[in-house]
Amino acid sequence: MKRYIARRILYSMISLFLLSVTIFLFVRVTGDPAVLLVEPGASQADLTEVRKQLGLDRSLWVQYLSFAGDLLRGDFGKSFYYRSPVLEIYMDRLPYSLMLAGAAMFFSLLLGIPSGIIAAVRVNGWWDSGGKMFALLGLSMPSFWVGLLMILFFSVYLGWLPSSGSGTVLHMVMPAIALGWFFAAAHMRLTRSSMLEVLGSEYVKLARLKGLSEALVIGKHAFKNALIPVLTLAGINLVIMVNVAVVVETVFAWPGVGRLLFEGISFRDFPIVQATVILGGAMIIVVSLIVDILYAVIDPRIRYDR
Amino acid sequence: MTTSQAAALTLRRGLASVRSVRTEGFPLIPICIIVGFALLAIFADAIAPYDPQIGVLGDRFRPPAWQTGGSMAHSLGTDHLGRDVFSRLIFGARVSLVVSFTAVIVAGFLGTTLGILAGYLGGWVDQVIMRITDTWLALPALTFAIFLAAVVGPSATNIVIILAAVFWTRYARVIRGEVLSLRERDFVRLAIVAGCSKRTIMRRHILPNVLNSAIVLGTLYLGVVIVTEATLSYLGVGVPPPQPAWGLMLADGKKGMMAGYWWLTVLPGLCIMLMVLAANLLGDWLRVKLDPQLRQL
Repeated sequence: MKRYIARRILYSMISLFLLSVTIFLFVRVTGDPAVLLVEPGASQADLTEVRKQLGLDRSLWVQYLSFAGDLLRGDFGKSFYYRSPVLEIYMDRLPYSLMLAGAAMFFSLLLGIPSGIIAAVRVNGWWDSGGKMFALLGLSMPSFWVGLLMILFFSVYLGWLPSSGSGTVLHMVMPAIALGWFFAAAHMRLTRSSMLEVLGSEYVKLARLKGLSEALVIGKHAFKNALIPVLTLAGINLVIMVNVAVVVETVFAWPGVGRLLFEGISFRDFPIVQATVILGGAMIIVVSLIVDILYAVIDPRIRYDR
Repeated sequence: MTTSQAAALTLRRGLASVRSVRTEGFPLIPICIIVGFALLAIFADAIAPYDPQIGVLGDRFRPPAWQTGGSMAHSLGTDHLGRDVFSRLIFGARVSLVVSFTAVIVAGFLGTTLGILAGYLGGWVDQVIMRITDTWLALPALTFAIFLAAVVGPSATNIVIILAAVFWTRYARVIRGEVLSLRERDFVRLAIVAGCSKRTIMRRHILPNVLNSAIVLGTLYLGVVIVTEATLSYLGVGVPPPQPAWGLMLADGKKGMMAGYWWLTVLPGLCIMLMVLAANLLGDWLRVKLDPQLRQL
């Protein structure tokens, strides 16, 4: 187990390193980084100044070392638009993103787990087929379109919900559904397959042989065990939600990190774009490392997996 | 489970759900949808009644023909600049299909090549390619694409390159896995004994055996790529205006949404959804037909 964990940590470190290299190289090699890192509309003299500051005449190795050093110190540069350190802005926005992701997760589990269980208990019934259709639609409808349709229906025609902004619980309803929609489909399918696996296991057969009622077998014996993979996936998905919310947050003007990324591209505020991508990737790498380690501790069989 | 798997898990679970939809029988409807859109795209100039980029400001926000105030002159209405929605949807199909298909093919070519190299050569080549794959898979496709678009600047060609750069990792991981098991098969061992060079083995013996998987993956990722392309356009870092891309039309449609001009929001999204739905169904059918091994992907 120690060896497995050590290797996972090593791989994650390599991933974090390669992430910084990737971002660094794309910025330096694909164009003139000075143009990206200087405010739009800056003069030629400013450009020369920035080139000198960044040491763009030095070798790539030296440049990378200073870039990585800045990252390790938490220095992601200063936003052109907000005139303050990018990391500060990011941390101000992160709670909103987590709040939205939490609500979206709640919605997706609320919808996904019960419908997945019913689909598994009544395999190939109409509920199961309906669930498949739903999963197919969940994958084929872009989340921002779902959001736009909801605004059109609930805000414009019915006038029930506010179309954008934040502040009250009502503001969160539509963005949470738009964001959670895709994940609800994923969670439903996983609950279904996991539940089917458990229902075929020996201990469920034994529970039935003991003469327990079907409700008790499903509710007490099968349900708890079937839930483990779903909750593991949900843990990772929560972080993924924070990072894929950019378009939903843009549609609903929700002030999270996704919206920040959009502002970054709209205002040509490159330090923000760069920081959002690096922090998002790092977050996912770190959280999946934690989930993997927890999983290995809980379930010893995992260790032998590769 | 590794980082990359974790990051790709959601998508894979999602795709798995599409795959489990029953797919006996020939997928006539999906093929009709795709061929239909392809024909629209090819003959856009002949079919579209108006120039998609030029509007008449006096004809702004005309509703579709069947609604009061609409007329057959603009069967699906007009947008905020008085441009014909029907014509824009048709030319939008061209942009969307050309960009997505090319991106899927380029990504497939790159990913398959690197996957074969990693799987067959092993050693440090494998380590380098797979560590990069892992890292890039950890970045959400959309965020990564937005970053690249911000760096290289949006244009139709750049969007293809960006999408290919983001999606090749998905192929590389699966193809490498298949090559690892192919490598141990007798026909490959015999080829080694017969004195074939590594290059020949990879090209003559490995490639034909992973081609089916690559095609299936391509079809399944076509839907995801179309959505990503539309999202980039919606956010303003995709194909630049005034070219009519579906995502751009949705972004423009928001201008008329509060006034209840529903057709500008509903119709382009419907096109995206139909196209993605068709790609997913077709991919699922192909997977069962061509590649039973991928079933538990």
